[in-house]
Amino acid sequence: MARAEPSVGPSEAHNDAFLLAAIRGGDEAAMAALYDRYSSIIYSVALRVLGDTGSAEDVLQEVFLQLWRNPALFDSSRGHLAPWLAVIARNRAIDGLRKRRPETDIADVIVSVEPDMAGEADRTRAMEKVRGALGNMLPAQRTALEMAYFEGLSHSEIASKTGEPLGTIKTRIRSGLLTLRKAFET
Amino acid sequence: MAAHEQFADDLALLALGSLQGDERIALEKHLEGCASCRLELDQLRGDMALMALSAGGPRPPARARQRLMDAIAREPRSSKNIVSAAARPSWWRAATLFIAGASALVILLLVRQDTILIHQAQSLAQQVAGLQSQSLTEQAELEDAREIVSTLTSPDAQRVTLVAVKTPPRPQGKAIYVRNRSSLIFLASNLPQLPPEKIYELWLIPQAGPPVAAGLFKPDAHGSATVVNPPLPAGVEAKTFVVTLEPESGSHDAPRGSAVISGQGE
Repeated sequence: MARAEPSVGPSEAHNDAFLLAAIRGGDEAAMAALYDRYSSIIYSVALRVLGDTGSAEDVLQEVFLQLWRNPALFDSSRGHLAPWLAVIARNRAIDGLRKRRPETDIADVIVSVEPDMAGEADRTRAMEKVRGALGNMLPAQRTALEMAYFEGLSHSEIASKTGEPLGTIKTRIRSGLLTLRKAFET
Repeated sequence: MAAHEQFADDLALLALGSLQGDERIALEKHLEGCASCRLELDQLRGDMALMALSAGGPRPPARARQRLMDAIAREPRSSKNIVSAAARPSWWRAATLFIAGASALVILLLVRQDTILIHQAQSLAQQVAGLQSQSLTEQAELEDAREIVSTLTSPDAQRVTLVAVKTPPRPQGKAIYVRNRSSLIFLASNLPQLPPEKIYELWLIPQAGPPVAAGLFKPDAHGSATVVNPPLPAGVEAKTFVVTLEPESGSHDAPRGSAVISGQGE
């Protein structure tokens, strides 16, 4: 099967907007460059949620294939690309874990976060900040947040598992997310 | 303007997709009219994206990249043409919009004058609704089928061979073949590890004609292997299936090695 000749080589210098514009024109090399840039983040979160390499690969495939088919679904008004992909991937993985139909319409997802994570150095710094913030959280707060995020449990399910009151769990989840946000405001 | 405090905790749960029932309905209704809470929801989703960075873990296997690029190469190009229409000159887009608008106006005038067209449109809408419902059912069935294939082919799957009590497991295979769809699933277990530069090959032996190659494979450390839907000629009636031990390099269009396992239809 004949393939489109690549018009852009993989390069850290090409920002996400450039690559997305190339993908809209059917540039497979641009798609490959985006994959090389962000596949680790997508795969890591899917693997953490699903615990299965085959299913994590399926989520990885689905997210990037959806981006290839509909690159116009993302534009800069939705935030930066990497966080947007991470949210989509996590939600798809949770849907797979819970064996349910997708609950989030991808067209409705807007993600507002400061680091755009396009560069390897940006991603490494962001990763260190996040891990530092999680490490400094109270264990009960971190547990509630991770159960909600990586296991897709509702606050009532978490309350039932931990024996904590519903209101306490709700507050811990929210304050945990705000703690992460503050780590990037300093 | 800050988000409303009474919704603050629920906004976080909504961002995580775990808010359900009446609480979700109430919050979504509130969000329709509250820009500050919508902004907070976007920011909470951003905080969620930061959580993704804490996952860590291995890089995806190299095969995942190739799988994606192969899938992209198979995608129809017409969808890209449609997307790239947005890059055409603005005068072209304006002309397109004008023509579309004028066409819509003509259609409206015709519909007003012809009530039969209105009734036909209603009938078509009902058919579309039916097709959408059918599409949802088929989508669910497709997901089930994907789940089955994923289970069969997952490298993490545990494969257990059940044999008569006090009998050691021997090499065996199971072929499930649907002739009219040329669909084949083959599961093997307890195969010996391959000698250097050797590979197993599955063959479909038809009622008439030469053996048909049905896939090359290597067993995992437990001697298990799976072949799923290899390319096969249409409608071949299978008499037996055979696995042979072949040289890894060279042509694989006819069996040259010795048979390892074989079986006829049940």
